[in-house]
Amino acid sequence: MAERGIIGKSLPRLEDPPLVTGRGRFAADINFPHQLHMRIVRSAMAHARIVSIDAEAARALPGVVAVWTAADIPDASPVDFREGPNEKLAPYRQHVLAREAVRYVGDPVAAVFAESAYVAEDAADLVAVEYEELPVVLAADAPPGEFSPGRSTEATLVRQDYGDIDAAFAAAHLVVELDLSVGRHTGVPMETRGAIGRYDAARDVLELHGAAKVPHKNRDSLGRMLGRDVTGIHLYESHVGGGFGVRGELYPEDILVLMAAMRLGRPVKWIEDRREHLMATNHSRQQRHRIRAAVDAEGRLLAIDNEFFHDQGAYIRTHGTRVADSTCGLLPGPYRLPVYRARGHFRLTNKTPAATYRSPSRYETNFVRERVMDEIGRRLGLSPVDVRRRNFLAKEEMPFARPLAALGENVVYDSGDYALLLDKALAAFRWDEVQADMARRRAAGEMVGAALAVFVEKSGLGPTDGARVIVDTTGAVEVVTGGASVGQGFETVVAQVCAETLGVDYDRIRVTHGRTDRIEYGLGAHASRATVMTANATAAAAARVRAKALDVAAEMMQAPIEALDIVAGRVVRTDIESGPSVALGEIARNLAPSAKLRNGREPGLSSDGWFDTEHQTYPYGVQMAVVKVDPETGGVAVERMLVGYDIGRAINPMLVHGQIAGGFAQGLGGALYEEFRYSETGDPLSVTFADYLIPTASEVPEVEILLTEDAPSPCNPLGIKGAGESGIAAVGAVIASAVDEAIGIPGAITELPITPQRLKRILAGIRRPLAAE
Amino acid sequence: MNEKVDLTLTVNGQRHAIRVEPRKTLVDAIRDDCGQTGTHAGCEHGVCGACTILLDGEPVRSCLMFAIQCEGRDIRTVEGLANGNELHPLQQSFIDHHALQCGFCTPGFLMLAAGVLRKRPDIGDEELIDLLSSNLCRCTGYANIIKAVKAVRDGLAQA
Ligand code: FES
Ligand code: FES
Repeated sequence: MAERGIIGKSLPRLEDPPLVTGRGRFAADINFPHQLHMRIVRSAMAHARIVSIDAEAARALPGVVAVWTAADIPDASPVDFREGPNEKLAPYRQHVLAREAVRYVGDPVAAVFAESAYVAEDAADLVAVEYEELPVVLAADAPPGEFSPGRSTEATLVRQDYGDIDAAFAAAHLVVELDLSVGRHTGVPMETRGAIGRYDAARDVLELHGAAKVPHKNRDSLGRMLGRDVTGIHLYESHVGGGFGVRGELYPEDILVLMAAMRLGRPVKWIEDRREHLMATNHSRQQRHRIRAAVDAEGRLLAIDNEFFHDQGAYIRTHGTRVADSTCGLLPGPYRLPVYRARGHFRLTNKTPAATYRSPSRYETNFVRERVMDEIGRRLGLSPVDVRRRNFLAKEEMPFARPLAALGENVVYDSGDYALLLDKALAAFRWDEVQADMARRRAAGEMVGAALAVFVEKSGLGPTDGARVIVDTTGAVEVVTGGASVGQGFETVVAQVCAETLGVDYDRIRVTHGRTDRIEYGLGAHASRATVMTANATAAAAARVRAKALDVAAEMMQAPIEALDIVAGRVVRTDIESGPSVALGEIARNLAPSAKLRNGREPGLSSDGWFDTEHQTYPYGVQMAVVKVDPETGGVAVERMLVGYDIGRAINPMLVHGQIAGGFAQGLGGALYEEFRYSETGDPLSVTFADYLIPTASEVPEVEILLTEDAPSPCNPLGIKGAGESGIAAVGAVIASAVDEAIGIPGAITELPITPQRLKRILAGIRRPLAAE
Repeated sequence: MNEKVDLTLTVNGQRHAIRVEPRKTLVDAIRDDCGQTGTHAGCEHGVCGACTILLDGEPVRSCLMFAIQCEGRDIRTVEGLANGNELHPLQQSFIDHHALQCGFCTPGFLMLAAGVLRKRPDIGDEELIDLLSSNLCRCTGYANIIKAVKAVRDGLAQA
């Protein structure tokens, strides 16, 4: 591949022009003639038996076309697991409309279809549901209750382990034990969910617009659930106002708009409102860990034994037990760990169902593991730097296989030099100076502290992705991918890879994504995989198109292939200056099916390309923070934040910086502000932006970013690793540690988020457990 | 109460004769009845600022107003910022500074900043950040948005 310097450049995004001029097309902007509007009637009770539903008044309202309850759709399948059937977990799936019972406030009970969104909402208010209250379970660490008669709320116990745990603890010099909790928070994109179902009877095709993240996998799931051939279902992704793991999973509303579009014979549009979003879209994160670590006299980890409680909420959604599984598999992070045992109680509660949110299981386990490392260091008189350095896996140990699994794969760290990155980050942060400065300021009475946390991420979940590169007769290029874009700059990255490989200007490239009608396969955008997988597939396809173009050009120009190159969309001779050149569009014309010059070559200047990988890549990073605590208010201000991250190879560093800065802001939300709280009866208390506080420009400092390329991934030809989750991954961990330092109480922070109320209680010397507020 | 009324909204200098219920919010009328979908609704309770427009030159949250309150007033939305094909300096600056990712919050931030800079071209950093913190963005972490707006402010100061 010619080195042209497009990969690695911070080029402006192709995505931006329509978005800054108001020409984007988000879900709510999509309309079809004659469409109906759907409104969901949601449960007002956290756990109750449905005694009766009276929808007569709603049905009688002018403009209402239909009102459905579960009785109207007895054939509807519950929302299925993305990875296919799972007999053990199947009973815990969510029905698209609640059948006998409701299990959280927000559970869909009925659906209203009307001529306008306003009328649909009026009618929904008229649906009267009579409930008989049932006891609620609101904490995963409380004794399990009954999900349904005879079925426990502990759906399963997830476990992973290796080595002799008892022997390791018996031989320990020191055992550290902590009880740590991460609060319930989630992605909360600025665009709420939206789904528009449309049935084209003329073609017998069912369409879902407003799709995101994993359109192809969702198409397969929908095929199973609706009993339709998948070739008769198409998903269309347009602009997506933030994904973060929650958007683009299948939810009851997606199934409802599709069923209604077929049965009512009209397009059906549903746009979630913010209140619904905060009680209906996946929550995440909530776990409590009781963790023990055995160490030797030098502070080296001998074993970790962790029992945790995973608060799944009311149902098991599309991800199954994925978050809890990778909580087991990825907790050890960057450290050598001879013996390990993890047990996760996967429990249902009467709260909104939970699933993945950006850096799922890592945000939680980084907090837990790094709290343990801090504690080990403190107990043995080691600095936070030394205790970590002593336990790092060494560069020489890579690739490193741990006998654990995450996301259905064995954990194999592909490359990494953790100690080197830590050294670079310490220097960039001026760690020693900062420590001296902290000491001075503390002596002067300020509550300030600095801390660090180290983490390993994962990205590029395989196994295979494809792309198709097509050059048209004007020389414009289209890359059709099975990837998806949730606002991260996907189109630009793919265009840069194609431009460099093929030899065209990146702004002549149009990138298509998230459309099942354009390409048969696709893995979508999740687990920071879009860049790694789709970029490599694009490179493969572009390389084949390049070869095809050169082959034809050689014949047209009567020149040896070796003397040809493609520059700015034209094939040129490299051996003679200002010689003849041929435009790619002309070559495309000569490859038309009827073109004479084609000479038996496959028609079209286009090709598919595939990329296979056996393993995900494991990028890694360091986060450092300086915080200041206001003892009066209990408020925490972040004065400095550094993210050091080894990306392997950055295709567009500006976009990587953007991902890190944005991820950090979300991580800060989970560390200090964001929490879904519930009353004792299970009423959600955080259903507006006035109660669920996401950080604003006043709270988020500019992140200092140290991007290194010391460990390109050997798992893919471009050497890249994903970046989507690196900004958020260890924010809870590092802020907790810095607050400890600031208030001078080691190990004080055992629970996220560190709200002013909690911090004031700690400062007042009163420690109370989670959820006691 | 739900009887529709006739009114005319003037959006970016274009007059739209529409027929809406008195309870229809301005953001819904701009989007559904005037067909200008660049203005977004992110919360519909006045917190996120995605729906920010200029009403007689002032940034307001169009989800908190009713369409009938705006007859005869000058409504400016993101679609009216550019001058033909020439982007408004704020639009260009947002691109140059990578001040948007998903772009959902962008129209609100652009209109907020346009309103602020029009009245206070020399606004200080601290006050500017304070004003920008009235809108929410979930993707960027704000630093690039702040830089983009500052750059335009500084350009205005030089001009
Ligand atoms: S939609 Fe108006 S402020 Fe959020
Ligand atoms: S760019 Fe996505 S919310 Fe601001």
